Amino acid sequence: MEYFLELICGGLTRGAIYALIALGYTMVYGIIGLINFAHGEIYMIGAFTAFIIATALTIYGFPLAAVVIVAGLAAAVWAAAYGYTVERIAYRPLRGAPRLSPLISAIGMSFFLQNYVLLAQTADFVPFPALIPDFDFLEPYSHIIGASDLVILATTAVVMVTLTCVIRYTTIGKAMRATAQDSAMALLLGINVNRVISITFIIGSALAAIGGLLVASHIGQINFYIGFLAGIKAFAAAVLGGIGSIPGAVLGGMLLGLTESFGTGYISSDYEDVFAFSLLVLILIFKPAGLLGKATVEKV
Amino acid sequence: MSQPILQVSALRMTFGGVQALAGVDLEVGEGEIVALIGPNGAGKTTLFNCLTGMYTPTGGDIILNAPGKKPCHLNGLKPNKIVERGLARTFQNIRLFGRMTVLENVMIGRHCRAKSFILGAIFRPPATRREERDITMKSFALLRKVGLADFAGEFADSLSYGAQRRLEIARALATEPALLLLDEPAAGMNPRETVELTRLIQQISADGQAVLLIEHDMKLVMSLSQRIYVMDYGKRIACGPPAAIRANPAVIKAYLGEEDDAAA
Repeated sequence: MEYFLELICGGLTRGAIYALIALGYTMVYGIIGLINFAHGEIYMIGAFTAFIIATALTIYGFPLAAVVIVAGLAAAVWAAAYGYTVERIAYRPLRGAPRLSPLISAIGMSFFLQNYVLLAQTADFVPFPALIPDFDFLEPYSHIIGASDLVILATTAVVMVTLTCVIRYTTIGKAMRATAQDSAMALLLGINVNRVISITFIIGSALAAIGGLLVASHIGQINFYIGFLAGIKAFAAAVLGGIGSIPGAVLGGMLLGLTESFGTGYISSDYEDVFAFSLLVLILIFKPAGLLGKATVEKV
Repeated sequence: MSQPILQVSALRMTFGGVQALAGVDLEVGEGEIVALIGPNGAGKTTLFNCLTGMYTPTGGDIILNAPGKKPCHLNGLKPNKIVERGLARTFQNIRLFGRMTVLENVMIGRHCRAKSFILGAIFRPPATRREERDITMKSFALLRKVGLADFAGEFADSLSYGAQRRLEIARALATEPALLLLDEPAAGMNPRETVELTRLIQQISADGQAVLLIEHDMKLVMSLSQRIYVMDYGKRIACGPPAAIRANPAVIKAYLGEEDDAAA
């Protein structure tokens, strides 16, 4: 029973991270219909930024809480700047081009960012400082849920609720929904669609960076390549939940995390990725639009 | 005619070798209802698309002279900038945000008049909250005007056809346009809905709103408009008050004759 609970907690933690990254995919897809393949790299850059800031601050002896907050903010802002820039130079000039062009551009951006970090940093894994302390009150349950699991789950929950409120109730949220439904009409109502798209990239990138910080601290090491698999998995999560749907991304992420956790826990850890993608294939066979996605007909 | 709000001169639009607009002149005065008619393919919607920035005209000039603002050229501006200058439109087919509520649809229209944006959305200072309350109040007032206040919380795509049309007008009015462009507002409406629409447009006009409309329903055009422009093959073939247009032989040949055929 305890093993079962442990697997559930582990699965939810993984799922929360997938969900954080998947939100970026799904929001961008919802608004401009583009699979932003460079999104995994934004996550990796977020983790590296957090690594650099956190290491520096730790050397100077700042208290742990300050290190976490400053590193998190810096990672979010820096990654958001990258996300914004990528959209400006790689996607915006291709707006109105056939759908395949920005997709190729995104793949190119992904390779570019990977290799850029490889050259600027190192090809080796670098140790990431443990930013999340052990909580005393968790001591009796430490074999089931660790402190970092708890922090990851709590952070993700807060982020999801905030994002939902922003999208549902604020002016910018309404502008985002309107742009997603009919961007030409939104433009004709005076909405600066380019700005809305930029903001979407900024929000998605900041979320990915927060995910990067949390994972890096949880696993304890990072390198330039972590964005690839995380990106693919999160993309799978977004598709699983129905790409374009925000609750879908969360649901997909959680489902993927739990599947992996149970698969590795009860069957074999060698097949971790097999479980994730088998689930994706299965769901897409029976529900091609994803769990919460609506099958829409292309407008003519 | 008083000082024109919209002044279009020698407007040309070509698509490859096709000349969709071959030098069109048009004026709309303050508080006027002007209709634009002509057979299908005459270039009416192309003209609207040029006015609203969806197309960049090949030649000619569009000047908007919004009351209380400096006159400005609209050619080449982006659609969202043109809306800010004071031109709003509706479409032939309904283009509401179906999965948003009726109220939200109107509030989106007020977006371009709001000052606070992303930082305000995050920190929500009192000014933003006051602005949002103001937007909600004004949007509600518009819904009352078009008779949809009771449906404020429902999804736009659950409304009846006529109601959706009226909501589109409310949403366009929410941008506080100097001139409202309506592209076939009565298309697909039943006679009762058309009567309601006529009354609504008259009421809007009575509030001092200038309206330029494209319409095929001759009864509506003749009863509403103060002046009518007739287009055919990208050119203006006639212009004048309804009675003169009805008697104009060129118009009868190009347009009303065809209408009779269609009726027969």
